[in-house]
Amino acid sequence: MTKQNKHTISILVENKTGVLQRIAGLFTRRDFNIDNITVGKTAEEHISRMTITTYGDGKTLEQIIKQLNKLIEVIKVREMKPDQTIRRQLALVKIHAPTEQDKSEIIQYTNIFRGKVADVTPKTITVEITGKPDKINALIDLLRPYGIKEMTKTGITAITRGQKTL
Amino acid sequence: MNGSEALLKKLKENGTDVVFGYPGGVLLPLYDSIYDCDIKHILVRHEQAAAHAADGYARASGKTGVCIATSGPGATNLVTGIATAQMDSSPVIALTGQVGTPIIGTDAFQEVDTIGITMPITKTNFQPRDSSDVPKIIDAAYHIASTGRQGVVVVDLPKDVLENEVTDEDMDAKLEIQGYKPNTNGNPRQITKAIQTILNCKKPIILAGGGVILADASKELVEFATKANIPVATSLMGKGSIPEDHELSLGLLGMHGLESTNNAVTDCDCLIAIGCRFSDRTTGKVSEFASDAVKIQIDIDPAEIGKNVDIDIPIVGNAKIILEKFIGEIDGVNHGDWTKQIVSKRWAYKPKYNFGCVPFKPQECIKEIMEAITPETIVTTDVGQNQMWMAHYFKTKNPRTFISSGGLGTMGYALPAAIGAQVAKPDEHVLAVAGDGGFQMVSQELATIKEYDLPIVTCILNNRYLGMVYQWQVLYYNNRISQTELAPTPDFVQLAKSYGIDAVSVEEIGKLKENIMEAFDQGEARVIEVKIDSSELLPMVPPGEKITKIVGEYKQEE
Ligand SMILES: Cc1ncc(C[n+]2csc(CCOP(=O)(O)OP(=O)(O)O)c2C)c(N)n1
Repeated sequence: MTKQNKHTISILVENKTGVLQRIAGLFTRRDFNIDNITVGKTAEEHISRMTITTYGDGKTLEQIIKQLNKLIEVIKVREMKPDQTIRRQLALVKIHAPTEQDKSEIIQYTNIFRGKVADVTPKTITVEITGKPDKINALIDLLRPYGIKEMTKTGITAITRGQKTL
Repeated sequence: MNGSEALLKKLKENGTDVVFGYPGGVLLPLYDSIYDCDIKHILVRHEQAAAHAADGYARASGKTGVCIATSGPGATNLVTGIATAQMDSSPVIALTGQVGTPIIGTDAFQEVDTIGITMPITKTNFQPRDSSDVPKIIDAAYHIASTGRQGVVVVDLPKDVLENEVTDEDMDAKLEIQGYKPNTNGNPRQITKAIQTILNCKKPIILAGGGVILADASKELVEFATKANIPVATSLMGKGSIPEDHELSLGLLGMHGLESTNNAVTDCDCLIAIGCRFSDRTTGKVSEFASDAVKIQIDIDPAEIGKNVDIDIPIVGNAKIILEKFIGEIDGVNHGDWTKQIVSKRWAYKPKYNFGCVPFKPQECIKEIMEAITPETIVTTDVGQNQMWMAHYFKTKNPRTFISSGGLGTMGYALPAAIGAQVAKPDEHVLAVAGDGGFQMVSQELATIKEYDLPIVTCILNNRYLGMVYQWQVLYYNNRISQTELAPTPDFVQLAKSYGIDAVSVEEIGKLKENIMEAFDQGEARVIEVKIDSSELLPMVPPGEKITKIVGEYKQEE
């Protein structure tokens, strides 16, 4: 059996219309999986950075990287090794909190996880948390019993540790 | 100078003097400029043919082919031709019209998302939004289409972009493409490793693909094979990379390959694949493909390496450059017995068939075709049994003279590709071989042949069936012949004559050859229909099977 490992890939692309479609299209057409995708500009105006998390064996990962490299708009592709990578995600969670006791417990949990309260209403409280995906999931598990009314998460973005750059 | 004039000037600067196209509303500015420019425009009768013709032009000449279609339906009609060229790495630029930039995205009349549609079937595509970008984008399109792994570039041109002003300064601007740097030289360490392996192995085989032809590396291939004394099998796209009457040539490998060749590749201990993408049609069941061999793969496209078959020694680079390095290091190797044995098997092996049958056997047609032409004659084939009979029995002698849709397998390819080839090589004879099905997909192009006086000879192997699909139904679907009988076929002779083209239907042995030679002598187009035996099936390897598992028998030669 081939091993289906999780991989994080970082891609520098020209910041042009259609690039996201090109990359997403490549994944679809070649039957590669996209678990997560984030895009944003880099410090250079004309270059964007995409972070894609994907599952696959080593051979698939190699093909993904090679096929991405073939796209004319792609400037650089790198696999981000887990132990040398800082990975972060952001979640916004709106929780059912009709009583003061609920609110205070939720705020305590949020503080422990270094999250922030983003909004409060008589019946709800909305918290914001960034961090590693596991950390975010741990907080969400704690909040779930109160009743999560709405939740949104960004994809994962990543950067290498230390002085090295892509 | 407006966008259109700048565009045409850039085509000319990049060496294009003929384009294949079909006009339309948004292209009025462009066609107005074409009216008094010195680029020759060939007006086809369907845009698909424009793309195939540009592709045939590119394959015959090695130059970049250019086709033009209007927005919406014109662009969508190009799609089959674009995908065909891209699959076979043929350098083509497709220029499509687009509605004006102010109305893009409004579902305007004849608007279609050409960029979105062609994204997965091109090397890349562009849509200039400003006339000043046209010149640099056209330069970039030529650069990208013709370098690295060659392919198709679409440039989608909004109407106002064709109309607005372009300055002299814009003409000199360059498009910076940071991410595009094809590697051509090959890693020296891998090259050394490959040479060591080649010198030490006992049973090597070269597998030459279309990449050898695209890199114009045929001469180097033959020199290397000769110096290293290694037999050469080819994929369909590699046909012509080594003269097929060369003593080291093993002919076609794969699903429709020669039995002796399939066996040899299965037995080899070192496979040197050059410019070949290991399509399932070539490898059969991958896990049993040359499973004992050390595999060396040379390809310009890093993504090809290890894509379908695991590779031990990868070399990313241009086939000609790498082969030159091999030639410099290898001299007079003797794989003695192996080479002699493999080669003699091929040459002792004769595909066998009956002569003198009525209706004609397809194999006999191929034999007559071979006798009627010279090594320089360019043959194009359609898709189906006709293509496989040609691939199997026809001996191609020169690169760029066997032109066939390999990757996409596009019916209707032969005739328009022949138009492109004839335009590229006006002094060579061009012969299109098609089935009755494929011919009917593009028969309107006889008008183009007539209008431009192209002396193309078209040979229709008429079996009254969609032969190849019929064959699979016979072999694998219990003779349940579902929708593959093409009755009635038109009177091809009358059809061709109605376009003003000479035509005959031949049934007598020798007449096909005679007609081809006569038409070539007179320098006039001719359509020759041959009614062939529809019950004749090709021996083949069932899909997904090991390539030594050939089903069906070659008939006796007498
Ligand atoms: C555009 C297109 N449609 C359908 C097919 C599927 N197909 C492959 S071969 C074939 C039969 C071709 O028949 P014909 O042109 O008469 O040639 P023959 O096989 O009889 O030589 C068909 C339908 C195809 N390859 N291309």
